[in-house]
Amino acid sequence: MADAFLRIDNLVKSFAGNTVVKGVNLAFEKGEFVSLLGPSGCGKTTILRMIAGFERPTSGQILVEGQDISPLPPNRRKIGMVFQAYALFPNMNVEDNVGFGLKIAGVARDERRARVEEMLKLIGLPGYGKRFPFEMSGGQQQRVALARALAPKPRMLLLDEPLSALDAKIRVSLREEIRAIQRELGITTVFVTHDQEEALSISDRIVVLSAGNVEQVGAPFEIYNKPATRFVATFVGQINTLTGRVVDGAARTVDLDGQVVHVPALPTGAAAGSEVALTLRPEAVRVAGAAEGDVTLDGTVAEVAFLGSVIRLKVRLGKNNIDLDTFNDPSTPPPALGNTIRVSLNSSDVFVLAD
Amino acid sequence: MIARRFWAWVVFALGAAYFLLPLLATFIFSLQMRRGRLTFDAYLSVFADARFQATFGYSLTCAVFAIIVGVAIVLPAAYFVRLRLQWLRPLMEFITLLPLIVPPIILVFGHIRMFNSSSILPLTNSAFGTDVLIVCGYVTLALPYMYRAIDTGLRTIDVGTLTEAATILGANPIRTMVSVIFPNIFVAVLSGAFLTFAIVIGEFVLASLLNRPAFGVYMQNVGANRAYEPSALAIVSFALTWGAMGVIQLLDRFAPKTARKD
Ligand SMILES: Nc1ncnc2c1ncn2[C@@H]1O[C@H](COP(=O)(O)OP(=O)(O)OP(=O)(O)O)[C@@H](O)[C@H]1O
Ligand SMILES: [Mg+2]
Repeated sequence: MADAFLRIDNLVKSFAGNTVVKGVNLAFEKGEFVSLLGPSGCGKTTILRMIAGFERPTSGQILVEGQDISPLPPNRRKIGMVFQAYALFPNMNVEDNVGFGLKIAGVARDERRARVEEMLKLIGLPGYGKRFPFEMSGGQQQRVALARALAPKPRMLLLDEPLSALDAKIRVSLREEIRAIQRELGITTVFVTHDQEEALSISDRIVVLSAGNVEQVGAPFEIYNKPATRFVATFVGQINTLTGRVVDGAARTVDLDGQVVHVPALPTGAAAGSEVALTLRPEAVRVAGAAEGDVTLDGTVAEVAFLGSVIRLKVRLGKNNIDLDTFNDPSTPPPALGNTIRVSLNSSDVFVLAD
Repeated sequence: MIARRFWAWVVFALGAAYFLLPLLATFIFSLQMRRGRLTFDAYLSVFADARFQATFGYSLTCAVFAIIVGVAIVLPAAYFVRLRLQWLRPLMEFITLLPLIVPPIILVFGHIRMFNSSSILPLTNSAFGTDVLIVCGYVTLALPYMYRAIDTGLRTIDVGTLTEAATILGANPIRTMVSVIFPNIFVAVLSGAFLTFAIVIGEFVLASLLNRPAFGVYMQNVGANRAYEPSALAIVSFALTWGAMGVIQLLDRFAPKTARKD
């Protein structure tokens, strides 16, 4: 861990006695794309602003390549940043916006112009140099803001919800573009978002935060499939939570509305007769038929939502409801409400979460 | 509906007459220097007067310095208060309003007491020292207008985010203020400048008591000794002030446009 590119040690931040970042430890590799994901107010922006130098940590350290950056003011940290509100300079055209950092750094005019050209090509806006911010769409402005941040070749890039002011289509295409550019440049990037789909789709790793604490750090696949806590499981993606009663702790069997299910794990010391919450993803449950899991459950169809390529069913099993996703099959209409239905799942997909 | 509009126009006409009639009367009177004919002779006589040129030049110079000093003080103060010390804003508002509450006569007596020939900093000893003092006085008189103009300009831009964007790109606070903040509120600064100009050009109390050859003092002098020229002067200074106001209105159209948010 000592050779991490960016290391955050025991970072704490309080505002007037209200602690909003509570001892965060993180290590980022060079060239990594890491998302800070969490609900509103969990401290994502505050962490990012401490890395940038706009907020002073109450305690703890931020190290870049082993060096404590806390004595450096933000303008000497060599960090690029993209803001939610674009924050292009309204008095400057695109060229001058993108060239601003280079001008400050004293880069000669010709070199600056060449670099600006190169950046505009990178963001897919060549020939836009003479435009002013007010003459461009939000998506274009945000791309210019990205070019402006990258032009001085910063050692890392920070993005604070850069896409949340844009509409859905552009949000998706721009996030792919940001990721492609990041890969091309190999720049270490910290991306703040409260949108779990966004984080899952573009990150090398995700840091899930809740109320100032790190809940879990991992690759999107891990975060989604092996959530460490109930918070992560419910915040990232859809989840089914089923309440069952332990039949035999040692044999790991649970009674689910009268049907006994064998689960991969139970909380240690779960006594027979005590309640446990079992969780599993909707896509881990299938309508019984072709490929069956080792557990089958019978229920009735309580809801059918046709979402296009996917059909989401809610199946009632006694007291519990279970959501499941099936792919649309053009030759078979979806099941009707009230139909009895048999669903199946693999007991290995079930997890028992600590609270 | 129509009746209501009729009365609205009547009220408007009465109000307009209240302002315009004296002005019109003054203007007509100023044209009557030659018996039986309307001429601009009074204006020619005023413009030809060497003292007019000298005092107008003096006041203009004072105005330029008052604007430079005023902007140099108010811009950084208003900027940093908006950026870091929001809680200080009510105090700033209050302080900048004081010159409207404290009459200039008190201001100038204060100046004279503080900086007279037997004080630590005897500015009134020399003409240059007094000029410095009068410029400072003008800056104070214009403070309410200058502060409000600049503060309004700052409100139209996102000071915090723009400052952070410039800072993370390597700019120090001075650089940020000069190349990012100032150009974006330039029009507001200009309107503050024109208000300062309008105040300084007509100012009488400070200049008179500090005994400096300012335009306001000259106007008063002429008014006491001539018949038609004072009317011409009144019209000229009125036109200057209104010209400045007109320019402010015009400038608003050239303000940098804030970016779209879509
Ligand atoms: N300057 C400040 N003074 C006082 N409290 C602050 C300040 N900045 C942030 N906070 C508080 O710190 C907490 C975390 O804020 P932060 O902006 O980091 O949240 P966030 O995770 O970025 O949320 P969002 O998704 O809404 O942007 C919030 O409760 C907020 O009210
Ligand atoms: Mg935030």
